[in-house]
Amino acid sequence: MRILVWSALAAFALLGVGIADAQQAQAPRKGGTIRMTGPYAASFGSLDPHVTPRAQDQIVNQAIHRPLYTWDTANNKLALELATDVKTSADGFTYTYKLRNDVYFHNGRKMTADDIIWSYTRIMDGAKGYPGARYIRVIKGATEVEKGAAKEISGLKKIDDSTLEITLTDRVEPGYYLFAGTTAILPREEVEKGNFAANPVGLGPFKFKEHIPGSRVVAERFDKFYKPGKPYADKVEVLLMAEAAARDVAFRNKEIDTSILGPAQYVAYRADPELSKGILEVAEMFTRSIIFNHDVKPFGDKRVRQAINYAIDTDLIIKRLVKDKAYRATSWLPPSSEAFDKTVKPYPFDQAKAKKLLAEAGLPNGFEWELTTSQNESWGLPIVEAIIPMLAKVGIKVKPKLVEATVLTEILMKGDHDSLIISSLTGPDSLAVLRAFYSKTPRTAGHYTNYSNPEFDKLLDAAAQEGDTGKRNDLLRQANNLLFDDAPVWFFNYNKAVLAYQPWIHGLQANPTEITHQYPEDVWVDTRSPAK
Amino acid sequence: MLVVLVRRLANIVPTLAAVIAVIFLLFSVLPGSFISAMNEDGRTSIDPAVMERMRKEMGLDDPLLERFAKYVAHTATGDLGTSFRTKEPVTKLVGTRLWPSLKLVFAAMAFAIAIGVPLGFIAALRPGSVVDTISMVGAISGLSLSQFWLGLMLMYLFALKLQWLPSFGYGDGGLRYLTLPALALGVGPMALLARTTRAAVLEVLNADFVRTARSKGMSERRVVEWHVLRNALVLVVTTIGLQFGSLMGAAVVVEKLFSWPGVGSLLVDSVFQRDIPTVQGCILLIVMFFLVINTLVDMAYVAIDPRIRYR
Repeated sequence: MRILVWSALAAFALLGVGIADAQQAQAPRKGGTIRMTGPYAASFGSLDPHVTPRAQDQIVNQAIHRPLYTWDTANNKLALELATDVKTSADGFTYTYKLRNDVYFHNGRKMTADDIIWSYTRIMDGAKGYPGARYIRVIKGATEVEKGAAKEISGLKKIDDSTLEITLTDRVEPGYYLFAGTTAILPREEVEKGNFAANPVGLGPFKFKEHIPGSRVVAERFDKFYKPGKPYADKVEVLLMAEAAARDVAFRNKEIDTSILGPAQYVAYRADPELSKGILEVAEMFTRSIIFNHDVKPFGDKRVRQAINYAIDTDLIIKRLVKDKAYRATSWLPPSSEAFDKTVKPYPFDQAKAKKLLAEAGLPNGFEWELTTSQNESWGLPIVEAIIPMLAKVGIKVKPKLVEATVLTEILMKGDHDSLIISSLTGPDSLAVLRAFYSKTPRTAGHYTNYSNPEFDKLLDAAAQEGDTGKRNDLLRQANNLLFDDAPVWFFNYNKAVLAYQPWIHGLQANPTEITHQYPEDVWVDTRSPAK
Repeated sequence: MLVVLVRRLANIVPTLAAVIAVIFLLFSVLPGSFISAMNEDGRTSIDPAVMERMRKEMGLDDPLLERFAKYVAHTATGDLGTSFRTKEPVTKLVGTRLWPSLKLVFAAMAFAIAIGVPLGFIAALRPGSVVDTISMVGAISGLSLSQFWLGLMLMYLFALKLQWLPSFGYGDGGLRYLTLPALALGVGPMALLARTTRAAVLEVLNADFVRTARSKGMSERRVVEWHVLRNALVLVVTTIGLQFGSLMGAAVVVEKLFSWPGVGSLLVDSVFQRDIPTVQGCILLIVMFFLVINTLVDMAYVAIDPRIRYR
């Protein structure tokens, strides 16, 4: 079974690489229009990247703005975006960046170290509550600015226009923090003009042209973009299409170039001889699970939690309900994490073992609990309805409590739950992700289970202190495996993100951080595209 | 006429005040907040310190009465607040969506009136005929169809199969893009208008004064033109007014399906993201539209039938 699972994962990974290779095999064509979709809502929040953390807005921001780092999908790791080189100090706290000297804002001005310092300082304006503050806080002195105790971030030092020194508060990989779209580098003079969200100016491959609220954003090629020969397309359009059924019609009608697929469409597209040729898949960094509140009896008992993991036929649910649009979870960290252990087996479906564990925990007749859920088709009520009869067979009675997806986080932060089924962002910074199970992390900071294991804490402490990346990943791997054995949650699946694409579009990447976040400078359309 | 207008406008004020209070209280007790909605189904994680600051900045921690007093005071001056999401004034945000919404609503209503009223009229003049049967079956079907399903079918037929029209979007805002959403939105009111017109005309045709007119030897054409049309029109205009007024609110589904950038799609998005100032602004606009149309309908009654007077 394990071999099968990993063969499938490897095949999907190869499929992604294979598609990318096939797309790159032809010479890219200059010109044309890329037509992407914004599938998550019927509007954009803001085109000021510091203001919005939403995945939908980031689709546009990826075209217009750029942060210091990027995610290198081909190599599945972080990469410098606005710098050519970085040197780390012996103590591992100070990073000196040699910035690219060919980076220009869309207003024609060259980017310097001052722009990075100004952008990060803006993000730390405590009165504004910018979402990117959580990342910049890793820079020494950033918290003081946030609290109003200082005006400058002491950990940011300009050596010269193209050299920047960043001192951190912890020995962490800064790329995990400074690749977020909410930390993009902006031109001060444009922001200070006011109304920046209506006229965004950035460093990205496309410059803003038009925003029709509730309909689309259009951006045009920026000729002074720092990557030679890129972008290829003349124009990129991000079209708002929140309704999956309408997106399906538009895609089949060749009105859009890419479309994110849900489970039902995934089945239909795979079955279609033509549409199945244009499917890009990736295991995204989202882990779906039932989060048990260990403060509520009997979830404090590891045997009970394990029993639930044994009692549910997870593979059956993934196959029948999620239509194979997911990968079985074998840990909290997703497969794209360097600390992921490919040798770990999932909990097998074994109700006899579940009963045995419950009996050992003093619950031979099972127990009753409330499971909070949203309507989500992939990790909500349909899944809960499927597990109810499975758990009933081992004596566990589940009472579903339906709420709107909007309030799930609020419930978790207050601890107003016995258990709750949700999708959690689990990458790319494995250390930060595993801190959600660190006993000293407050509930409001993501420690929703209140899981506590001194051995796990020790591994995490050691990983935080370890400067060697390989050794740190080993420690994180051990922690991740320990977590899987302790079963603080029901490990359900990792999202398999699926992007359908038209035959004339090339250069798309299976980005595990979010498949809709493409790098438009690498994307090109051939002459078959109906959009001119 | 002026007295009628002044009286109707005076009635709008308490109605709006009640609506403002209801909207505010409703969204104050609703679970979830803009900040928790930023989690986006687990796609984004928000730092608790940032959440706390945002709550403070947005005034979400202030006492309910204080927030209500501020809201009423600002609304009274035309300030609907600032969108939590875009940080823009709500009046500006809603304003950019008004024209697309009006275009859609007017186009849908024009379609409904152009087809529904003549259809109902013809059906009433030939009750029991093939025309009557077909038009009424069509009307009942139109009333029963869900906008969502109908919209998808229109997309499938006119965009995918016939390739006549684009399936979605605003494009240049022209007729090519407007047609399908307007049809999807207009079929329901068209069906209702057809039925109402038929019923109204039939009732008038059987009235004593029509029988008297006929017995005097008046031609059927003149009976219809002079007596039936005007008398049936009061009920038809009432239906048009009610449908017209409620269409902007009813456009929510169609706007979202066709990615039409109107007030309805903004409202849905804002509700899901708990952008309360924008939700309040959208609802207020929809309610005001309804009240204005109703006032115009009341004025129309007086114009159609001078016997109608308001006390």
